[in-house]
Amino acid sequence: MEKCRLLFSGSGGQGVITAAILLGEAAVRYESLNAVQSQSYGAEARGGATKSDLIIWDQPIYFPKVNQPNILICLTQAAFDKYIFSIRPGGTLVTDARFVKNPGLVDARKIELPFHDTVMEKIGKPVVLNICLLGGIIRLTGLVRLESVGALIKDRFQPSFHDINLKALDLGYELMDRQEAGG
Amino acid sequence: MASKDFIRKRFFPHIWCPGCGHGIILNGLVRAVENLGLDRKNIVMVSGIGCSARISGYVDFHSLHTLHGRALAFATGVKLSKPELDVIVPMGDGDALAIGGNHFIHAARRNIEMTAIVMNNRIYGMTGGQFSPLSGYGTMGTTVPYGNIDHDFDVVDLSLSAGATFVARTTTYHVHEMIDLLTKAISHKGFSVLEVLTQCPTYFGRRNRIGDAVQMMETYKTGTTRIGSKKKQENPELIERGIFAQKELPEYCREYDSIIEKAKRK
Amino acid sequence: MNKTIRFMQGNEVCAEAAIYAGVNFFAGYPITPSTEIAESLALRLPESGGKFIQMEDEISSMCAIVGASLTGNKAMTATSGPGFSLMQEALGYAIMAEIPCVIVNVMRGGPSTGLPTQVGQGDVYQTRYGTHGDHAIITLTASNHADIFRMTIEAFNFAETYRTPVILLLDEVTGHLREKIEIPEPGKIPLVKRLRTAVKAGVDYHPYLPREDGRLPMSDFGDVHRYNVTGLYHDMWGFPTTNPPVVYGLIRHLVDKIENNTPRITRFRKYYTKDADTLFISYGASARSTLHLVENRRKRGENVGLLELQTLWPFPAEIVRDACSKVSLVIVVEMNMGQIAKEVKLAVNNPENVFLANRIDGELITPTDLRNTLRVIQGKGV
Repeated sequence: MEKCRLLFSGSGGQGVITAAILLGEAAVRYESLNAVQSQSYGAEARGGATKSDLIIWDQPIYFPKVNQPNILICLTQAAFDKYIFSIRPGGTLVTDARFVKNPGLVDARKIELPFHDTVMEKIGKPVVLNICLLGGIIRLTGLVRLESVGALIKDRFQPSFHDINLKALDLGYELMDRQEAGG
Repeated sequence: MASKDFIRKRFFPHIWCPGCGHGIILNGLVRAVENLGLDRKNIVMVSGIGCSARISGYVDFHSLHTLHGRALAFATGVKLSKPELDVIVPMGDGDALAIGGNHFIHAARRNIEMTAIVMNNRIYGMTGGQFSPLSGYGTMGTTVPYGNIDHDFDVVDLSLSAGATFVARTTTYHVHEMIDLLTKAISHKGFSVLEVLTQCPTYFGRRNRIGDAVQMMETYKTGTTRIGSKKKQENPELIERGIFAQKELPEYCREYDSIIEKAKRK
Repeated sequence: MNKTIRFMQGNEVCAEAAIYAGVNFFAGYPITPSTEIAESLALRLPESGGKFIQMEDEISSMCAIVGASLTGNKAMTATSGPGFSLMQEALGYAIMAEIPCVIVNVMRGGPSTGLPTQVGQGDVYQTRYGTHGDHAIITLTASNHADIFRMTIEAFNFAETYRTPVILLLDEVTGHLREKIEIPEPGKIPLVKRLRTAVKAGVDYHPYLPREDGRLPMSDFGDVHRYNVTGLYHDMWGFPTTNPPVVYGLIRHLVDKIENNTPRITRFRKYYTKDADTLFISYGASARSTLHLVENRRKRGENVGLLELQTLWPFPAEIVRDACSKVSLVIVVEMNMGQIAKEVKLAVNNPENVFLANRIDGELITPTDLRNTLRVIQGKGV
């Protein structure tokens, strides 16, 4: 497989770091892949633009940072402005249509999806936005199976949060599925 | 066991000057241990650095002679890791309340069961007579040749505010009271503080023109009074002796046992 | 799902390994980027009856683990640069009084408050020379989670074997990084138990009289032997002395018990060194970037190799000299001003062939940085 270098970015509290960790953990524990994840710390991680690097590969991963993501995910305009120039030419940019306006000219495939609006409409709780996004990324990359992340959510989260997270995961997957199917 | 059996004769003679009050405290301490019938095997004496700190070497208990000011921190590790031990921590005034002041208030706040004995001679003796945080305004020392402009702590007030659950004060003149208070302090289930005013004739007595050991002890007799006495009302300058606090509050090691129970049930 | 495979931060791996090694006492103070070790052990230690305490500072944390070790426990603390500075006095005490314990320093950028959330490797010398007076010390490192697990256990094993504090020197990148770790089955990695005295009650026990093999059997506080422990020079009873032959004997013992065992304490990994013409020497997070580059260059047929040091002190001079003897170029990769590079130059026969590739701006050195350095040294330009 190709080494997959993802950069999740957004603002503190949107859960982009959690999304990256879940994806990495699912790859490692359920798919026998290797993954390394790192993230920004300190004042930067508390409210401002926050990011998480994630590399998934079937071979050993030594250098752990993502300097040129082939998949860049931006959940805020600030994160987009900060990280857009790092994207590997020909990579894929995933943004939420509500938060990132007019991505402009980028040498990348642009996927704009209404993760936030869908979550608000179907679930009504913005807290699961990151899991909805994760569902989309799983469909986009095929790195892990949807049920692996589902099992992980059941393993890691309080039982009372299982249903809305699993629902958000499916919603995101379906959103991306319609997009990829040419919808 | 007789109190003299608690002494490590191998390590004598001791280093203290003639007339030093620290030997009286050592005497009181071994008698208190004798009164309590404690097993030497379960007693750990932890001390810092200074004249006072040498006391731990002279007793035939487990003895831990540590770093200047850090005795309570080492003692916390000993006690929490093996709560069945009786931990006694003799300290000098600079040791306990200058360099060790932070450890002192935090040990008191935690209410971890151990006995802090502040051997207060109001001076740094080992280094030759510098003022300490307990010397007081206007006293003389080698680093205050023009007189001390630093104000002193009141050990009792400080200990009470920091949360110590047993707080008492006595002097080397009042030996029987000292043995009684040491006995109570050691058997207290929580953090106990006993301040003992002890004479340093070599440095404090001489520099402050108080006189020799006997004259210094005379001041403990005339300058102190029992807590709440009529004499205090007549002369507010007198220093009070006795027990200022004695209360039962949750003790740290027992509290941690309940943490272990919670963690195991999880 | 494989239950023994976990996706954890390096700091969490360190805590899990400490539990595996039998740690039952931790004292510490919160500091980035080491805090996850304390958090993990606050949760995990009481599950098995162990004790965790958050102290008022790093000074008292270091003191508390010495106290806990004396009652017979495996004790540790974890910190970063500023806290490690505060621990130096009590670290010296543990060396002098020969108290087994483990100190983890997860390095960040320094000096002073420096770069609390970013990486550096500037504390290599501090682990060696931070406390005052002549002494020897053991410092271990690791660059990946499997090795963090292994070296944490080694740290406890060495501490018990040599009756000494051992420093595990990690860094922000490996400490915070999440990656795959397979937790070994209990019993798979050998653990060194504390050597306790066989001397019976009522018979003289000499706490500081080394056996012929240099080891000193201990007796726990609370056990039958009552003895004195001090940071002063002391005799075989543990009582203070200034007697010159005794003083000389003790300092020689403290240094020799570690320096003379350097081969037994040395841990390292070699990658592609057999036919290497250019040898990289690195450790910690820097070794990850170096290995990345070495793998890439090897695919292009270049004869480059990596010697990853896992024991930094006592410095494995013989291993380094031997590995460098057959190569024409040595590049030491580290995130400081050349602390290990200086040791390498002292160790090798041709110090003029030793170069430093470093980064000191709080960012992890990259394979691109190394490629550029290599090209410059080779006269090819960037």
